[in-house]
Amino acid sequence: MSGSRKLLIFGGLALAAIGMCDGLAYALFWEHQTLDAMGGALSTAFVEAAQRNLPRAHGAIDIYGRTKYDYVRQVDLHSHWIGLAMLMIVLGVAFDSVNSGEGTRRWLAVALLAGSVLFPCGVILETVNPGAWFPSALAVAGSAVVTLALAGVAWGFARAL
Amino acid sequence: MATTALPSNLAATFAPMSARRLLVFGGIALIAGGMLFGDIFAVFVLHQNGGRTGETLLAATQAAAAQDPAGVRAAFTRIGSLLEDRGTKVDTHVHMTDAGYLALLLALLQPYVALPSQRKKRLAKLFIAGGVLLPTGIFLIHYVGLAYSPFPVIGWASVLADSAGALLIIALLGEAWGLWKYFRGDRAASIEPELAPDDSWSKRALLSGGTLLVLLGFLYGAWYAALDLYPEEKQETTILTALTDQSASDNRRAMNQSVNDYGKLAGAKAVSIAAHSHAIEFGLLAMLLSFMQPYVYLRETWKRRWILVLLAGSTILPVFVLLEPKLGLVAGGIADVGGLMVIIALIGMLVGVLRYSGRADAGGVAQ
Repeated sequence: MSGSRKLLIFGGLALAAIGMCDGLAYALFWEHQTLDAMGGALSTAFVEAAQRNLPRAHGAIDIYGRTKYDYVRQVDLHSHWIGLAMLMIVLGVAFDSVNSGEGTRRWLAVALLAGSVLFPCGVILETVNPGAWFPSALAVAGSAVVTLALAGVAWGFARAL
Repeated sequence: MATTALPSNLAATFAPMSARRLLVFGGIALIAGGMLFGDIFAVFVLHQNGGRTGETLLAATQAAAAQDPAGVRAAFTRIGSLLEDRGTKVDTHVHMTDAGYLALLLALLQPYVALPSQRKKRLAKLFIAGGVLLPTGIFLIHYVGLAYSPFPVIGWASVLADSAGALLIIALLGEAWGLWKYFRGDRAASIEPELAPDDSWSKRALLSGGTLLVLLGFLYGAWYAALDLYPEEKQETTILTALTDQSASDNRRAMNQSVNDYGKLAGAKAVSIAAHSHAIEFGLLAMLLSFMQPYVYLRETWKRRWILVLLAGSTILPVFVLLEPKLGLVAGGIADVGGLMVIIALIGMLVGVLRYSGRADAGGVAQ
């Protein structure tokens, strides 16, 4: 088995296991509490509106917005890690069909693995400091690297047609 | 309908009761089951649930306008239940199909898992059991709730789902251990041969079409994240803040408009995410199925038909899901037909694999 295939298959399996462990831990320890917090904040906002206390109603909406912002990114982390991992494993099995030299294939594999790790990391770092430039730049760079590498793989497959 | 004899080296890669055969059958069945569940959910539950959620949100704002905090709390309890109903069904669909994809992936990797065949079979059974129990547990969460649960927020259905998730992780770690041994040079226990080399039109069409679908899904996802995600998140809190203001001033017309805007926003978000995820998942499915083509024992014409139906359905579904906010239920109906085409193509291929197994087990293999 070539080095590029090993990298994709083993890297993909490791990423899938990490993604699953992350999903399991999140479901066990945080997801129910987060969903309760979101529902509670929304309900509180309208209860406060019923009591004509608008500043507190707006505060509750802000809490809802912030909690949902975190929740969406936690779920994205779990699903993107596993999704990208599966893609890497499938590509790993078919990588010999990419019509290029092993050197190019190795670069493509490295780019796929690096992008698949960095993109979800950038997404989750956005919850630590919302609005900061570094997490967003990391997510954009990671997704761009994966997309470009995949375009290279698609080109390699198409050349074999 | 089928060709006559099967090459013996091909049959050796798909031995009776082997881990690979178990994972291929279980994987395709899980994917077809998950997609069928998703189609039924889209037709009979999704829009009705969205409509009821909008009505209940309006009821909550009306209760707030009438200075009735108890009415607000009751409405939000109903909204929570409706969202849980919808969320658990989406998760059932996603987890069942994803477990199927992983099963097919593991089937491909079996030659590189350096473990005794009995242990590989046990891991495959564990994985399929986890793949069935996880979505079952998720589906039951809404109906079982916290009945008889000793935990404050986790019910027995969640315990079942989490335990099934743990089974999947254990099976995956076992497979990873076998792979690690293989990469370290251990070959003694690995008895399943590599997949049969295949350079057919079927394989190349599925591999190229699948990669293209994944790439399109990536590009659309990047477009959505860059241009729509943040504005939509901001718009959601803006609408909700306006709704609290309108409730406090009892402005019924503005409340109706805001609830409508909120519904449209939720719909726009849902279709964007669905288009992105379905394009990528169908692309992955096509790539996975490309490796199964030597085991689809059908005449070449029929193999090609199922491939074209699968790729057409895989394109139609995300495209028309995306067009739903503009074209309405017609686009939704066409998207559902796309999903049905994928299911039919999958079942067609599964029949081909079953015919292959029957033929190989009955001794129709050229020796």
